[in-house]
Amino acid sequence: MSEKVLMKGNEAFAEAVIRGGARFYFGYPITPQSEIPEFMSRELPKRGGKFLQAESELGAINMAYGCGAAGGSGFISSSSPGIALMQEGMSFLCGAEVPVTLLNVSRGGPGIGSIQPGQADYNQVTRGGGNGDYRIPVFAPASIQEAVDILYECPSIADKYRNPVMVLADGLMGQMMEPVMLPEEKHALTSEEISTAKPWALSGSKKGTRSVVKSLRLQPEVLEEHVEHLFEKYAAMEKELERVEVENLEGAEVVFVAFGTMARLAREAMELLEAQGVKAGLIRPISLWPYPYGAFEQIPATAKAVISVELSMGQMLQDINLGVKGRVPVKLIHRVGGMLPTSLEVVEKTKKILEEVR
Amino acid sequence: MATTKLFFAGSGGQGVLTMGQMLTYAAMYADMNATWLPSYGPEMRGGTANCTVVISPDKPVSCPLIYEADDVVVMNLPSLLKFESLVKPGGNLFVNSSLIEQKATRDDINVYYVPANDIALELGNARTANVVMLGALMSVSPVVPVEMVYKIMEKTFSGRKAHLLDINKTAFHAWKQ
Repeated sequence: MSEKVLMKGNEAFAEAVIRGGARFYFGYPITPQSEIPEFMSRELPKRGGKFLQAESELGAINMAYGCGAAGGSGFISSSSPGIALMQEGMSFLCGAEVPVTLLNVSRGGPGIGSIQPGQADYNQVTRGGGNGDYRIPVFAPASIQEAVDILYECPSIADKYRNPVMVLADGLMGQMMEPVMLPEEKHALTSEEISTAKPWALSGSKKGTRSVVKSLRLQPEVLEEHVEHLFEKYAAMEKELERVEVENLEGAEVVFVAFGTMARLAREAMELLEAQGVKAGLIRPISLWPYPYGAFEQIPATAKAVISVELSMGQMLQDINLGVKGRVPVKLIHRVGGMLPTSLEVVEKTKKILEEVR
Repeated sequence: MATTKLFFAGSGGQGVLTMGQMLTYAAMYADMNATWLPSYGPEMRGGTANCTVVISPDKPVSCPLIYEADDVVVMNLPSLLKFESLVKPGGNLFVNSSLIEQKATRDDINVYYVPANDIALELGNARTANVVMLGALMSVSPVVPVEMVYKIMEKTFSGRKAHLLDINKTAFHAWKQ
């Protein structure tokens, strides 16, 4: 067992992906995640990897496309507007079935927005901003330890499904420090190992067969078959990658739904409400796609309201409503623009909502 | 044991982020749960800086964001004006009286005036003002074991910086009520 270390979120994220087997990083600085390219530029050359500062986010995602096509395990990180610039590349990566680990340390939007924390990328990351039928699994950890554990797995998940995988953190998690246990470092695949483990990759294989990695399929019959194939993979991901944590649902009068840092805030609000005699529960989606709709079946008959606590104008409400299916009123407590609510604010607003629905 | 919420504020360069980090390290060494959250923004040198530390001995820290604090340290006047209200009733406010002439206005909190810069200068190293303040905080509100603060000092002030260990330990105990 390794010793606990105190790390800043961004540095812990980067270390976790290296330990998970990724050795190629392509990035372009953007607050609040610039510690990641800085860390990678220092660490990767020492650890048998390569760091490349791209000329733009568009450059970074396409470098990762090339790296993944050649069988390398790549990692790219950015923040909201930078992730927006990468959407085209994500569609291409999914179409060409190229694995890569993506990290979005999100901030306030729309546009260049602010550099303070935000969660208004929910629709962008769960619905996709690129063209065509594609899906990218998205995980939203709530602590630095959970982020480390998930990011460590990401290169393997990406390789398993031959698809990009994303972790959505927010600026607050990127900047904060929390003690973490780092997992043991996996070794990166050598060129020889790549040609066996990833026979589809353009690894310069001498086996005599031709590998083709591309998203262009001009014949409609071929493209239709390909998209159907992609969706068989997505169906498997929906079964295998769904993650959720539910707390205190039994007898709950109000159920919070929140992910990332806001889930921690909701948890504290839950404790404060409990002390005031109001029983509250929490559904914390860890995977945002696939979304854990099934967990909403556990909402008890005692619940008078389901409340989303979000740093957006309610982008998660659509998914919550799909889970709740009209059984309980669904409400929203939010702040945007980089402003953060306090747990006390959540408690006060919850009490108001409960008065309304009673 | 209950969760303790601490807040440190001052101007960039006064070591307020470091004060919070030292406590967070000490908490980790003592097998406690802790979070350290800095303010971040476009301003840097000479601008305002603050950090929030939450220490929970038994269970994981619920939330790294706070709406009130058990202990607040203010190193300059703008921080006193802005953050006196953050102290919870019955909580502690530590005022760097070397740089802040004004008094706190609330009577439902405990206020400690610590001439941190003057004490540090007397010790011969002006840069230990933050450690003087941290020691004052710990003498009133011992949120982590003192030996663990020593441990992080010993790790920080080693190698080329080893000569700074003794003065920092002295600074840590320099303020008396």
